[in-house]
Amino acid sequence: MTTYQVNERGYYGNFGGAFIPEMLYPNVEELRTRYLDIIEEPSFQEEFQQLLKDYVGRPSPLYFAKRLSEKYGTKVYLKREDLNHTGAHKVNNTLGQILLAKRLGKKNIIAETGAGQHGVATATVCALMGMDCIVYMGEVDIERQKPNVGRMKLLGAKVIPAMSGSRTLKDATNEAMRHWISNPVDTHYIIGSVVGPHPYPDMVARFQSVISEEMKWQLKEQTGKEDPDCIIACVGGGSHAMGAFYHYLDREQVRLIGAEAAGLGISTGESAATTFIGRAGVLHGSKTLLMQTEDGQVVEPYSISAGLDYPGIGPVHAHLHDTKRADFFAVTDMEAMAAGMELCRLEGIIPAVESAHALAVLKKEQFKENEVVVINLSGRGDKDLETYLRELKRKTPH
Amino acid sequence: MLTERKTDNRITRLFEAQKKDVLSIYVTAGFPKLEDTCRVLEALEKAGADMIEIGIPFSDPVADGETIQASNKVALDNGMSLKLLFEQLEGIRKRVSIPLLLMGYINPILQYGMEAFCKRAQEIGIDGLILPDLPIVEYREFYKETMDACGLSNILLVTPQTSESRIRMIDDSTDGFIYLVSSNAITGKTGEMSAAQKSYFERIIAMKLKNPTLIGFGISDAKTFNTACHYASGAIIGSAFIRTIANSTDLDGDIAAFVRSINKKQ
Repeated sequence: MTTYQVNERGYYGNFGGAFIPEMLYPNVEELRTRYLDIIEEPSFQEEFQQLLKDYVGRPSPLYFAKRLSEKYGTKVYLKREDLNHTGAHKVNNTLGQILLAKRLGKKNIIAETGAGQHGVATATVCALMGMDCIVYMGEVDIERQKPNVGRMKLLGAKVIPAMSGSRTLKDATNEAMRHWISNPVDTHYIIGSVVGPHPYPDMVARFQSVISEEMKWQLKEQTGKEDPDCIIACVGGGSHAMGAFYHYLDREQVRLIGAEAAGLGISTGESAATTFIGRAGVLHGSKTLLMQTEDGQVVEPYSISAGLDYPGIGPVHAHLHDTKRADFFAVTDMEAMAAGMELCRLEGIIPAVESAHALAVLKKEQFKENEVVVINLSGRGDKDLETYLRELKRKTPH
Repeated sequence: MLTERKTDNRITRLFEAQKKDVLSIYVTAGFPKLEDTCRVLEALEKAGADMIEIGIPFSDPVADGETIQASNKVALDNGMSLKLLFEQLEGIRKRVSIPLLLMGYINPILQYGMEAFCKRAQEIGIDGLILPDLPIVEYREFYKETMDACGLSNILLVTPQTSESRIRMIDDSTDGFIYLVSSNAITGKTGEMSAAQKSYFERIIAMKLKNPTLIGFGISDAKTFNTACHYASGAIIGSAFIRTIANSTDLDGDIAAFVRSINKKQ
């Protein structure tokens, strides 16, 4: 049987591993040898579950979207990660990692962020635990995601602009790794997605797996069956997609769909749709599908959504793509914006532009009337207000 | 898996002939101008450098500080690629006889193909490789045989945080020399060495490793070079050299002056 879990060497099929300089070895090795034991400790689970419930507000609702369902002639359920504290799924992971960091005796936390959602989620749990927090953010993203920069500062985090390269998420990740190399003893690096060297992809997947764990009993309650016919989630690095897929990976009857950001279109050179235009390569500590030149230089990605603007993809998703366990769709900026606006008007929910990419799949794939389709709504769109208003103005200029 | 000393390798011969004050210089290929690569190598040998690490530029050099990152970007913007570097280095052994190493992040090399890369490096007369983000376990399992067959020493790094058992394993897995990273830092730091650094170097000396050691990261001038040489067979200078040639209008003259400023004995 094909396995979709990480193996002892940190690989998912041909992807994964820990391609890190020796300077990071002790920290990553400490994590590798201890993360499972710590996560499985009853005291850890007790604290984690309690905080997920009382602090994050879990379980997040599974909502039957009636009007959206009518429009597309199928049964659409929305998993409402946008209703979590801090407004996205990111906090599931940051909470898990900070509890782990505390048990490893770490004093300082660093993180990278693109759209700022992971940065806010990290700053939040650092405030909660009284730990020092530094967030690296590309200078370009700081400019286009101002409200989240303000939130991080208010929460007590220090936001350091990444000035190298494209000055976006990739470069913020480089800077965070450089910081970790220079401060290896008492610092934990909270990576925000299922990327990075082993054990990060597996660790983050485990913390996000609460999404599909809840989906199972929520679907059972509402539809009589634990299994939906299809789960759709957007994929940048792919952490909430992994959370939504996790408990269904071995249930091959459940179709899994990842929506990638095609930007202006996959053949325009302005895109972030890694499974369409990437090749196997190594970035940020793991072997995965990567947007790169023939010479192996990383290509700058583009997407309207800062959260999907990443040239790689979690190694587990590269494996799901390789084994055809999941299907990937490329969704352009325009398609995502249209789908996001549609949800505003049909259901009264303003989705994050990232999540809007998943919603756009409804226009690309015909589902049957009695099929149950779960769309993972990863975050809320408050941070994207400017982008939406620009789109609204473009559509209705008067 | 003990690694045999490669007897006909220039790195091996260098350390047999010279136990002290080995000066190794890092330079980014295709920097400051695309066609400067070989000219810099020749000038360095002429000026008295003992060994050269040729950096293969990469878009995302995570272990490097600002200076080397910026030089990588300039080189890539100049049009540098691994393929072009091999073309430039064609025939270099007629002009340069000191040991030459290729240093680079793993992705461009994997795209070129590790086996093709090693063979090409051997044809050109490269003596060793420094691939900071190639994990030791992958190197031993998949690539060591190819590198050994091509006469290439894979140089491994040791840091202040590396455990004693791991240092032993590294010493067994490599030949040529061991690259001692001087502190918990990325490249490009300047300033004097601390007591903690010195005690780390003394700890390494006491382990009596089979391989010679060179100290790198934060070696920027004669003072730090001499301190490093007190604890190791020599040292590696990167960022300080890159800064020297970045805006040079007289490459040969500036390179000669730089090497002289470090290695007063020349």
